[in-house]
Amino acid sequence: MTGADVLLLALGAVAVGAGALVVTTDQLVRAGLYLVVCLGAIAGLYLVLTAELVAWVQVLIYVGAVVVLLLFAVMLTRAPIGRSPDLNRPGLPAALIGGGAGLGLAALFADAFRFTKVDLPGPGNAEAIGTELFRSWVLPFEVLSVLLLAALVGAIIVSRPDIGSKS
Amino acid sequence: MRPVIPYVVAALLFGAGVYGVLRRRNAVLVLMAVELMLNAVNLILVTADTTVRATLPHGGQVFALFVIVLAAAEVGVGLAIVLQLYRLRSSVAVDTVRLDAAPASELDEPRMVAHER
Repeated sequence: MTGADVLLLALGAVAVGAGALVVTTDQLVRAGLYLVVCLGAIAGLYLVLTAELVAWVQVLIYVGAVVVLLLFAVMLTRAPIGRSPDLNRPGLPAALIGGGAGLGLAALFADAFRFTKVDLPGPGNAEAIGTELFRSWVLPFEVLSVLLLAALVGAIIVSRPDIGSKS
Repeated sequence: MRPVIPYVVAALLFGAGVYGVLRRRNAVLVLMAVELMLNAVNLILVTADTTVRATLPHGGQVFALFVIVLAAAEVGVGLAIVLQLYRLRSSVAVDTVRLDAAPASELDEPRMVAHER
């Protein structure tokens, strides 16, 4: 048990606990706030795994933008503050499939990796990722910008009733 | 560092996301559960990048960045669709959406459909 292992275990426990609360809590706004805790713990896991740039991008985009958008959606759909009794559907099939997927994958990974130890590489930096991104992955990067533009135009068209399909 | 720890954490997060997508009625909560699943996959990508010697260095982290961008785009479009659904139905419960109904008839009488439940 090294220090990195202890950190990974603690942050992983926080992430899984907050994730479980996101999908079980009765209150909509609290689900969004638990999501912040979960995503923050995952950013900490990235830091321990020496993926520094991904960790900060996670904090900026997920915690800063995606969660805020989700909270906007919660408010714009006039969600009640406090408990909402009608958030859930019958839980048995969901618990079977979700628990089966989660525990099955966990058992698979545990069996594949057992107690193998890997030395962590040195601390990562943005320069290495940027060099790799613009050397080997330029085309996907550019395609991604087209996809973002398409998503932007699509979101505008969907959300404006006067320019959607009316015929 | 034992790679089994982040892998198992990612698997459990993915299971929680699947459970949430199947369990929740509110469309916003379904989107949140989808975010959990995307994050589980990202965690696997970053862990694999750290623990596996690959031909192209840092491919996993680059893929994780791509997935984060895709998730941002997905949430933007998803939010637009959820708000349009709320405008039509005054409700975002995903299991009351009738897939066989024509959209034109919903535009005519949104209130009636909304209180049907």
